[in-house]
Amino acid sequence: MKRLFLIEFDKLRANRSSRILIGAYFILLTSIALIAAIKFDIGPIKFHLAEQGIFNFPYIWHFNAFIGAWFKIFLAVVIVSMTANEYSNKTLKQNLIDGLSKREFLHSKWVMIFAFAGISTLFIFVVSLILGLMYSNYTEISIILKDFEYLLAYFVKHVVFFAFCLFLGTAIKRSAFALGFLGVWQMFEGFCYGMLKWKSPSWVDAEQVFRLFPLNAMSNLIPEPFTRLSAVRNLASQVEVEVIKNTNVQFWDIVIVLVWTFIFYSLTYRLLKRRDL
Amino acid sequence: MNTILNVTDLSKNFGRLTAVDTLSFRIEKGNVYGILGPNGSGKSTTLGMILNVVNPTSGTFSWFDGTENTHQALKRVGAIIERPNFYPYMTAAQNLRLVCRIKEVPQAKIDEKLALVDLLDRKNDKFKTYSLGMKQRLAIASALLNDPEILILDEPTNGLDPQGIAQVRGIIQKIATQGTTILLASHLLDEVEKVCSHVLVLQKGKQIYFGKVTALTTDHGYFELNATDIEALQSTLNAMQSIETTELRGGYILAYPNTELSAAALSKSLAAEGIVLTHLAQKHKSLEEQFLTLTQNQQA
Repeated sequence: MKRLFLIEFDKLRANRSSRILIGAYFILLTSIALIAAIKFDIGPIKFHLAEQGIFNFPYIWHFNAFIGAWFKIFLAVVIVSMTANEYSNKTLKQNLIDGLSKREFLHSKWVMIFAFAGISTLFIFVVSLILGLMYSNYTEISIILKDFEYLLAYFVKHVVFFAFCLFLGTAIKRSAFALGFLGVWQMFEGFCYGMLKWKSPSWVDAEQVFRLFPLNAMSNLIPEPFTRLSAVRNLASQVEVEVIKNTNVQFWDIVIVLVWTFIFYSLTYRLLKRRDL
Repeated sequence: MNTILNVTDLSKNFGRLTAVDTLSFRIEKGNVYGILGPNGSGKSTTLGMILNVVNPTSGTFSWFDGTENTHQALKRVGAIIERPNFYPYMTAAQNLRLVCRIKEVPQAKIDEKLALVDLLDRKNDKFKTYSLGMKQRLAIASALLNDPEILILDEPTNGLDPQGIAQVRGIIQKIATQGTTILLASHLLDEVEKVCSHVLVLQKGKQIYFGKVTALTTDHGYFELNATDIEALQSTLNAMQSIETTELRGGYILAYPNTELSAAALSKSLAAEGIVLTHLAQKHKSLEEQFLTLTQNQQA
């Protein structure tokens, strides 16, 4: 385990573009804190976003997990390109000749996936905790510790997304095409959703079927937090729209993405095993 | 305990093409083996299979008497396949450190091996700045990091300039004299002839010879002769029982004996017939000629 981590860490550390992307990622994650600085003070209208309750515990866990997950594409690019490069530089072949098994090779990449997801989760936890302690109206321990499932969902969401990227990098072997495919796949899911709604027979629940699609399942993990915000709710009730959306982390969504994680892992291993180099 | 690799009926098909066809051979400790064959005869595919990067279609192989699985066994092997494959953005030292981690050997030998291939002063330069000859030498250093029990080389001098070829050959010969088992694939016959004790000859994926190089090259040889009266020489030779055929080539008579025949005996019997020789040389077919004979026999 330590050996696999060090092997992958050596590969990453020496790569300049990976270092830049990882650096940019963490700078962007920290920039969530800059939202606190949004402040209008025009005569009678005083507006300070940080005081609208977005940094209140426990809501901040949900809000930051939702926003922070947007930036994961940076790490996805690192994973895809590090994997595709192993093919184009033929270093995968050399690694195997030097005595790494195909399973070990795959696991060294998975160690990277877990490390990225884990560090990112820890980072969002620390940033949120600091912002919360600075701006939250409630700082009682019992309230701070509420809604931690959003952090769990955040971690799982990153793991499954990176597993998808690792699979694409291995399958397509060219980083640009693999990332392009990710975009195409997103559109494909949208297309399928449209077709399901339009064409599926009445006994099929389009929403439930769509829930099984990988990218949609990932995005369902952390529902959008905005309708939970009291300001938005107030506005909605004024225009007499009832907000009944469920914004909790759903157990079944976690199960669905865990199944996908397993599928991506197995498919990647199958590809590695069957291919001649 | 002295068997390093045992290959039994190994085959590989790519679609309809049979790249390697039921190969069987055994590699013993301490010998230097050559795999000979023209381009596309299945040399690299064979090495790819025993090195865990190409999946065999059928057949088996086992390293070190089958006591370890392939990827564990490969940690005791050093191999260079066709082109040197390293991380271009890493320095030589960083690349070798990664190899040490994979092979689970201490990093203490990095400098020693870099010195052996004369790259120590460039160890902190990135791999992508290296010339092809330097890349190939780095690959050799990398293959030697674990002091391997067998060194596998696939076309190690391919694409190098004469100076690079000489350097790489010098290193290989140095390693061979230290008693390391070597398996060398090449289409360059003189390369194999110079360093190998045993040879496996492949053609279109089929094994057409496996055994000692000397057994392949020692036939009865042939004589190159000239005399004051060349026509009388040829007719006398044709009349001799121990001579199979003769031919006139390049101003000399070439005589092919059908039994063991010494130059002294031949000279004596010719003198008895009144032939005065001006030239007599006993010759053996080179590996190259033997190889061509072998491959032509297969085609016929």
